Amino acid sequence: MNLYSAGKVAFRSLRANKMRSILTMLGMIIGVAAVIIMVAIGEGANQRISAQIASVGSNLLLVLPGSTTSGGLRMGSGGAVTLTMSDARAIGKELPSVRAASPTSRSNGPVVYGNQNWTTVLQGGWPEFLEMRDWNVVSGRNFTEQETEAAAKVCLLGQTVSDYLFGSEDPVGKIVRVRNSPFTVVGILDRKGQNPQGQDQDDTVVLPISTLQKKLSRGGRPGTAGAIMVQAVDADRVKEAEEQVIELLRQRHRIGQGGTDDFTVRNLSEMLALAESATRIMSLLLGGIASVSLLVGGIGIMNIMLVSVTERTREIGIRMAVGARERDILSQFLIEAVILALTGGAVGILLGAGGAVLTSQLAGWTTVISASAVFLAFGFSAAVGVFFGFYPARKASRMDPIEALRYE
Amino acid sequence: MSTAAIEVTGLVKTYRLGDVLVEALKGVDLSISPGEFLAVMGPSGSGKSTLMNILGCLDRPTSGTYRLDGEEVGGLSRDGRAILRRSRLGFVFQGFNLLSRLSAMENVELPMIYDGTPASARQDRALSALASVGLADRAPHLPSQLSGGQQQRVAIARAIVNTPAMILADEPTGNLDSATSGEIMGIFQRLNDERGITMVLVTHEPDIALFAKRVIRFLDGRMVEDRPVENRHRPPAPRETAV
Repeated sequence: MNLYSAGKVAFRSLRANKMRSILTMLGMIIGVAAVIIMVAIGEGANQRISAQIASVGSNLLLVLPGSTTSGGLRMGSGGAVTLTMSDARAIGKELPSVRAASPTSRSNGPVVYGNQNWTTVLQGGWPEFLEMRDWNVVSGRNFTEQETEAAAKVCLLGQTVSDYLFGSEDPVGKIVRVRNSPFTVVGILDRKGQNPQGQDQDDTVVLPISTLQKKLSRGGRPGTAGAIMVQAVDADRVKEAEEQVIELLRQRHRIGQGGTDDFTVRNLSEMLALAESATRIMSLLLGGIASVSLLVGGIGIMNIMLVSVTERTREIGIRMAVGARERDILSQFLIEAVILALTGGAVGILLGAGGAVLTSQLAGWTTVISASAVFLAFGFSAAVGVFFGFYPARKASRMDPIEALRYE
Repeated sequence: MSTAAIEVTGLVKTYRLGDVLVEALKGVDLSISPGEFLAVMGPSGSGKSTLMNILGCLDRPTSGTYRLDGEEVGGLSRDGRAILRRSRLGFVFQGFNLLSRLSAMENVELPMIYDGTPASARQDRALSALASVGLADRAPHLPSQLSGGQQQRVAIARAIVNTPAMILADEPTGNLDSATSGEIMGIFQRLNDERGITMVLVTHEPDIALFAKRVIRFLDGRMVEDRPVENRHRPPAPRETAV
């Protein structure tokens, strides 16, 4: 018996028991739809995290001051100012694995324009700072090396600040008062959204670190650095860069063998990779839980196929009497199970895709329906059909034709 | 002498029913020539159905030999017997045993589905088989839309569609009235006369046995009588299409 005839035979008997076939498929439909929705939600979360990671900047290290011992009391990380501009300059110039380095310092304060004011983060750095963080200037320009040298009163506004102070007006070239000093807005920063900690990265004003320290007397004494941001040349050399930075700073800070570092190097991409793997685990977990319902659907198929085999004992006997071999009967019932599973799977995929779209619209979550999840779900339902259909089909094919013909 | 269609020697079949061993056949020797029309009689439990199951390759003998057209088939595997059933044997049962969801046509096609006959040839052959039992116009009907006699004729069409050498009929008229029984037996006689198909018929109605050429009688698992039929019944001239 060829596959086509076998498929036709199987299809007919499924149609003969419509309600039962639909109910059996429902198990598969729900299972597959659940898997598709759950994986879509997991994928969506993953993608959001990846976007956030990209927004922080790639291959970054953060050197924090601290852990100095003062009078036997160990200060925590960032507890003392131990990093300097020249440390940053040395890291940027001397290390082959480092593409750029910039000192950073943060403070906060009110920014005023006209009758609007907004208190925000004042982020000091070198011109390299924006590029390192993959932060584009959408209008105007970045501040320059010369402006940094001269501690010029120039600044760039984040989108949030720009929105609050200027609304629809173009801020570039306007004068704002930062902590009561007049600053020229030279540029507007691109929107970055939330960072992985949920803070609004656009609620900031970026200005030369020298200006922050000398003109506003904020962010530490002039010449010091609140932290140093370091960018490795590429992802493979982040570890190497980290080691070289530590080595260099130990030399520069004259820390001998066994001495305690007065700084800490944090690998930002590592932290974010951790966050990423956490969401990956979550999406695996969701998919795993949903797979259980797929399993239940498969057991439903097996159950119905067993009932069907018993009910059709006489039919099996007749088919055997007219010359059906074991494998003919086996394939007939196996194909029935696979049709049930695959049809259920296909409907489940459609339903799951619809559900995922609905979820993202109603709950505002990002959901991503990946082709691999769809193929996997479809393949998995076929496998469920074969796996759970095999036992009943084998039972049918092993029947004794005489017994089967006698069955009432 | 030509090879016998069926040659069984020392046929024994024992069943296990719980702890009891039942000897259904206790050493049967039987030879059936090609083109013969044999009626097997005997009370229930005499072993005639067991013999039919073995002759029909639905079951295997416990011991003894069974040669079909000179070929030993008693030891064939399940699949080997299935292939033999669909190519060389035809079955007609008391309860018709048609698949209720399939049309008359599709029921007749069934044996050809399993031997891989292409669909177009299948339909031609099924139609001509139906025509030869006078049911060409009933091809699309479901069994439930046919009378008992018509259903049995569909079953006969199914039995002959693969041009078997032998038809095994187990109480084929058991569920039919006497007029219809006569019609069915007439069809068997024509198939036997005109196509030379060997007929083996199980019945416990002496009337029906008179349609055969030879009668054997079973009692307690043994063959107790073997005689030719005298005054053989000939049904009225066939009303239906000729074979």
